Amino acid sequence: MNPVWIILFAPLAAAALITLLTQRWKMLSALISIGAIVTGFVLSLQLLSQQGHWQAPAPVQWLVIGDLVKIEFGATVDHLSVLMLLVVTGVGSAIHIYSLGYMKGDPGFSRFFACLSLFTFSMLGIVLANNFIQIFIFWELVGVSSYLLIGFWFEKHSAAEAGKKAFLVNRIGDFGMMLGVLLLWQHTGSFNFAELPGKLAAIPAGTLTLIGALIFCGAVGKSAQFPLHVWLPDAMEGPTPVSALIHAATMVAAGVYMLCRVSFLILPSATTMHLIAWIGGITAVMAATIAIAQNDIKRILAYSTLSQLGYMVMAVGLGGPTQAMFHLTTHAFFKALLFLGAGSVILALHHEQDIWKMGGLWKKTPVTFWTFLIGTLALAGVPPLSGFYSKDEILLLAFDHNKALFVIAVATALLTAYYMGREVFVVFFGKPRDQHAYDHAHESPAVMTLPLVFLAVLSVIAGWGDKLPEFIAGKIEVEAHHPVLLTAGLICVPVVGFLLAATIYLKREPSDAPVKRVLGPVWTLVANKYYFDELYALLIKYVQGTIATVCELFDRWILQKLGIGGLSGGTNLLGRTVRLLQTGSIPGYTFLFGLGVTVIIYYVVVR
Amino acid sequence: MIGAITLNHYLWVSGLLFALGIAGVIVRRNLLVMFMALEMNLNAANLALIAFAKFNKLADGQVLVFFIIAIAAAEVAVGLAIIVALFRRKQTVNVDELTTLRL
Repeated sequence: MNPVWIILFAPLAAAALITLLTQRWKMLSALISIGAIVTGFVLSLQLLSQQGHWQAPAPVQWLVIGDLVKIEFGATVDHLSVLMLLVVTGVGSAIHIYSLGYMKGDPGFSRFFACLSLFTFSMLGIVLANNFIQIFIFWELVGVSSYLLIGFWFEKHSAAEAGKKAFLVNRIGDFGMMLGVLLLWQHTGSFNFAELPGKLAAIPAGTLTLIGALIFCGAVGKSAQFPLHVWLPDAMEGPTPVSALIHAATMVAAGVYMLCRVSFLILPSATTMHLIAWIGGITAVMAATIAIAQNDIKRILAYSTLSQLGYMVMAVGLGGPTQAMFHLTTHAFFKALLFLGAGSVILALHHEQDIWKMGGLWKKTPVTFWTFLIGTLALAGVPPLSGFYSKDEILLLAFDHNKALFVIAVATALLTAYYMGREVFVVFFGKPRDQHAYDHAHESPAVMTLPLVFLAVLSVIAGWGDKLPEFIAGKIEVEAHHPVLLTAGLICVPVVGFLLAATIYLKREPSDAPVKRVLGPVWTLVANKYYFDELYALLIKYVQGTIATVCELFDRWILQKLGIGGLSGGTNLLGRTVRLLQTGSIPGYTFLFGLGVTVIIYYVVVR
Repeated sequence: MIGAITLNHYLWVSGLLFALGIAGVIVRRNLLVMFMALEMNLNAANLALIAFAKFNKLADGQVLVFFIIAIAAAEVAVGLAIIVALFRRKQTVNVDELTTLRL
């Protein structure tokens, strides 16, 4: 059996096994799940070592409808998918192991691991898919498993609601994607990624732009881009390992991955490229501004994720899928690290998520602190950590192609350093604000800290020596030369952000008050996330409400009263009328019968 | 002198008999009498068949009549049994009072 199939189906088998057989034995369930993903990781590493000798397994025809539709179930094995396999299984392994510690004692322990495995399977399906239908099916499966995991603590009302919200918002994007795929099929008759590039010439330019934009809708939903970004912060209701795996490292990266996979569709249309770049840029800066005013340790990271995803999408839009994938990879490492670190802090303080109730934790949880700091520096883009290299490439790409977006990107980088500085200073430094919680705080067990260290090491070294971008592109790219001053300036950006954050928050008793004073109403605006949720609520209330009322009226008066009521009323009336003939007197019937016979005979004989 | 009896004469008698039978079924209220009137209808048909057989020199009509007589005998057996059973149950054979099936 081809190792690719084992990588893909091992997690599915694990999920099925846990759900059907081993629910009761918690440790066994966890080990099955971890075993599946670690197997995947080892096999992916093996794939990596066989670089250049990759063989995609033979695709299976699984849906043939006449001559028109032939859908395969196949696998793509190339630089892009192998890298993504490594990210998903590598980061996934660390997070699975971390979950052993984090979810300890949870009544749904086995269910959690079953869901994680199901998610891993779906995600790997997206990575390996070789046609649009396959990617779409796994795309939806990822949505389902994400729903299951966000709403994992479903007895909590907010968690159940958040799961629903994530699923529904995703569906909006997915609908666009489906339309795009169908439109593409209408014009080319093919779903296959390998066949499609050769058939694009047949599509009119305007249609191609539309297809690109529609397919981008799918990425907007899954990668939580403006204006469908509202689900991601709420998704933080799920357990922290889930936030790390799904809503930071892998699932939200699926949109970016998909864009890179189908970049042949996007690159020919300048309009689509512009749309994608600007959506990415807007998301990046918008999320970064929201992040500066949040108080929940995980929500800050969630908005940071949005912002970084914006970077990646922008990079795709600027014609740099390589840079986007590079940033995706490094981001997966340090953002998973940050979330796991945040989880460690949350657990240390017995499920406290408000950063204003933390403080001074660096002495109590040293491993968490140092790894979190590494993650923060990597995210902010401080050299020589991985985030610096990948972000630098995107910034330079923006500098080359679009100066306005470059300014936005630099502003975002500055804000990134600032809000991450704020988070670190408030959480780990200063005076403990909740003395009781502080006294009981403790470092997490090794099963949680080891994944942190593993990810921290990756976050540091992933960018060194341009190995990753070379691997993604499959060739050594000629380095474009940029002024030294520009590079030096870009290095200064995060430093400035950190210094700004330090002057405000690196105190014994930090507070938001000085920033609030300076920003005034702007603070209120960003603290309320630009009122997007309220706006959408109103939009739904009025637009959807109106449509629903009209439908309800139509249903009640036209369908129910006129259609169904008319039919049944008419039948009833007819029945009542005809019943008058049924007198029940035999002579009467005989008379009518005789009359009838006479009339018939008259017609037959006489006429 | 009265002319020879033709087919038409037979058919007229048969038609009259049939009309009498129908009229009997329609105007009478006693189930037993209505049943007798029905038998008269059958015999009107028999008469017509015999007449056709005689004038066309064919045996088919006569064969058919034997069938009808046999069936009528069976029918009378069943019909009378039903009427007797009905009388036992309702104590009447007046059709105006037998309206159970009517809503």
